[in-house]
Amino acid sequence: MIHSLISVALVALSALAVATFPRSVLVFLLFQGSLLFVFKARIPERLRWSLLAIGLLVLMPTIGYFNSYYLEVATQVGIFVALALGLNIVVGLAGLLDLGYVAFFAVGAYSWAIFGSPHANIIFGGQTFPLAGWWFYVFLFVGLGTAAVTGLLLGLPVLRLHGDYLAIVTLGFGEVIRVLANNLDKPINLTNGPKGITPISRPPTPFGLPYGEYFYFLALLIVVAVIIVNRRLEDSHIGRAWEAIREDELAARAMGVPLVRMKLMAFACGASFAGVMGVLFSAKQVFINPESFTFLESIGVLAMVILGGMGSIPGAIVGATVVTVLNLQVLKGFSLWLNELKNAGVTIFGYSLADLPTQFEPAKYERMVFGIILVLMMIFRPQGIFPARRRQRELAH
Amino acid sequence: MDVDLLIGIFPQVLLDGITLGFMYALIALGYTMVYGVLEFINFAHSEIFIFGAFVGVEVLLGLKSIGLLDGLPWPLVLLLVLIAGMASSGLLAVTVERIAYRPLRGAPRLIPLISAIGISFFLQDLIRLVESLWRNAFNLVYPTMDVLNRRFELTETIDVSVKSLVVIGGALLMLWALHLIVNRTKVGTAIRAVAEDQAAASLMGIDVNRIISLTFLIGGAMGGAAGVLFGVQYGLINPYSGFIPGLKAFTAAVLGGIGNIPGAMVGGLVLGLLEAFAAAYLSLLTGGAFGAEYKDILAFSILILILIFRPKGLLGEIVRERA
Repeated sequence: MIHSLISVALVALSALAVATFPRSVLVFLLFQGSLLFVFKARIPERLRWSLLAIGLLVLMPTIGYFNSYYLEVATQVGIFVALALGLNIVVGLAGLLDLGYVAFFAVGAYSWAIFGSPHANIIFGGQTFPLAGWWFYVFLFVGLGTAAVTGLLLGLPVLRLHGDYLAIVTLGFGEVIRVLANNLDKPINLTNGPKGITPISRPPTPFGLPYGEYFYFLALLIVVAVIIVNRRLEDSHIGRAWEAIREDELAARAMGVPLVRMKLMAFACGASFAGVMGVLFSAKQVFINPESFTFLESIGVLAMVILGGMGSIPGAIVGATVVTVLNLQVLKGFSLWLNELKNAGVTIFGYSLADLPTQFEPAKYERMVFGIILVLMMIFRPQGIFPARRRQRELAH
Repeated sequence: MDVDLLIGIFPQVLLDGITLGFMYALIALGYTMVYGVLEFINFAHSEIFIFGAFVGVEVLLGLKSIGLLDGLPWPLVLLLVLIAGMASSGLLAVTVERIAYRPLRGAPRLIPLISAIGISFFLQDLIRLVESLWRNAFNLVYPTMDVLNRRFELTETIDVSVKSLVVIGGALLMLWALHLIVNRTKVGTAIRAVAEDQAAASLMGIDVNRIISLTFLIGGAMGGAAGVLFGVQYGLINPYSGFIPGLKAFTAAVLGGIGNIPGAMVGGLVLGLLEAFAAAYLSLLTGGAFGAEYKDILAFSILILILIFRPKGLLGEIVRERA
């Protein structure tokens, strides 16, 4: 009872606070924290889901109306939640460490970028492109399919590899995709190289929604779909087969688990989520280039999965939220704050902050954040913040 | 196609390839020695390597600021820088092992690998942080020494720079020293024993933890030396520039047969030569359709193919697989 009261009060208070101080990062963090609290609090299920629904469907867009940057952050969180859930299938459930996951995101993004922009005219000639905006919805599925096929293509040759060798090969694969995107502006101009592709068309929005809100709701919708698919998969015979492979490949095979089919399916499923989000990402950004698909992004998604707990769906969601918010808000907020102090001429213990070197920008240190998360989690809590039940037992002994 | 040109640049490309190959070989030793002892990919080795390059540039800049860079004889300067780079990279490798790998020994195999990736990312930004606070720049340029930039013209088309001679000479010296340590000393015997069978080695009275630390020290020192030579050869370094050479060197180690010390040298040379030739000839042979950028794809494709079809590598060290 007391938990229910606290939850309702927290959500209401933090929403009010955001409305009062729309520019404060701390207050927005409080709002996010209150949703997180609701997510884990011991309250009746019905209350939990209605509070979350109110928070995400009503309060968040309203906040976005006051400060559109927060909506951008929320959309990014949505994108990364879907990516983390996809990687969670490959790494968490099937136990195949994939270090080139962002490649599938790139495949999805480029599939819409090429056909949704005048760029395709260069490849095919004529003036048929860009495709009309409604094709975007078709391409959500095209991106899904293309990424899944790419996942199969990667999966086939690496079936024989295990553990760290598999990790290195997937890393190499991710780099190959990035180098290709960077260099396929000749002999045929497929990707326009490092210059990237722009302008990528956006679909017409229903009910005259502004694009910020539109992409937020679309990302939310996809995330919900991905969560449902993930849940169903986890409890199906496929999910159990994946976990059996993760625990002991030999034993799984002896029990009649079709290794080849299951591993390929893990790669394809994981990749397809990234593909869908890639299509959304390219439409949202209007411009993409290979810089968005570096090894850093793959490791970022991995850090999200590890932080939350490998194989755990709530873990992947929370991990993605925390890491994205840390990157987009806490680090950036700290940078801005430091700059303000610098300009105000504040001194700490006789050291004038204005003397700080200009090259020192906390916002640029996301690698350090990922690194610290990975190492600390591995040493102190390898099962993650919200461990999957089976995984927890495995790592306990 | 200009056949004369293709033949004309051949010796120059060969020389560049050998220089690059020795660099890869030196870095690959760090991967292969650690893998031999722990069966674990030390993902942070690329940062241990670039750390050596940064220590080297700091020493050189320090010498320059007190006016000793031109005052001391250049071989002495080089030796000083090499020793500084090796010592600091070696110590860094030992520290990393103590903090991030030792607590995880015996955990499922992916756990230490993920920790190593974390350390790698952490070190990249740590170097950046320290350099931007200290020099307000994290892209650093090696101070030039006139002697090193001198070139000998062998024929009209081929010239040899003193730099590449220094790189090749330095690498050969390191490899020879390593060979002596591993094969001719008691410590080397202990390292080989631990690589063979940890439990049996400890029953024979070998302090396994000390030997593992020592392996990291030697591997790290080789990486540091490679870092200094890298800086001397290419001039510009930044905290992130260790990653790709590290990955290539790992490819070299796998190519030669991971865990196998002569294999790392062979693998490094083969990869260096392949890459130099790809960089020089790909664009010429395909009429400009595929440029030198594809050399990275070539290296990674080799890695993928070797791992799939011949995971033992060229020299065929037997790799035990642990799921």
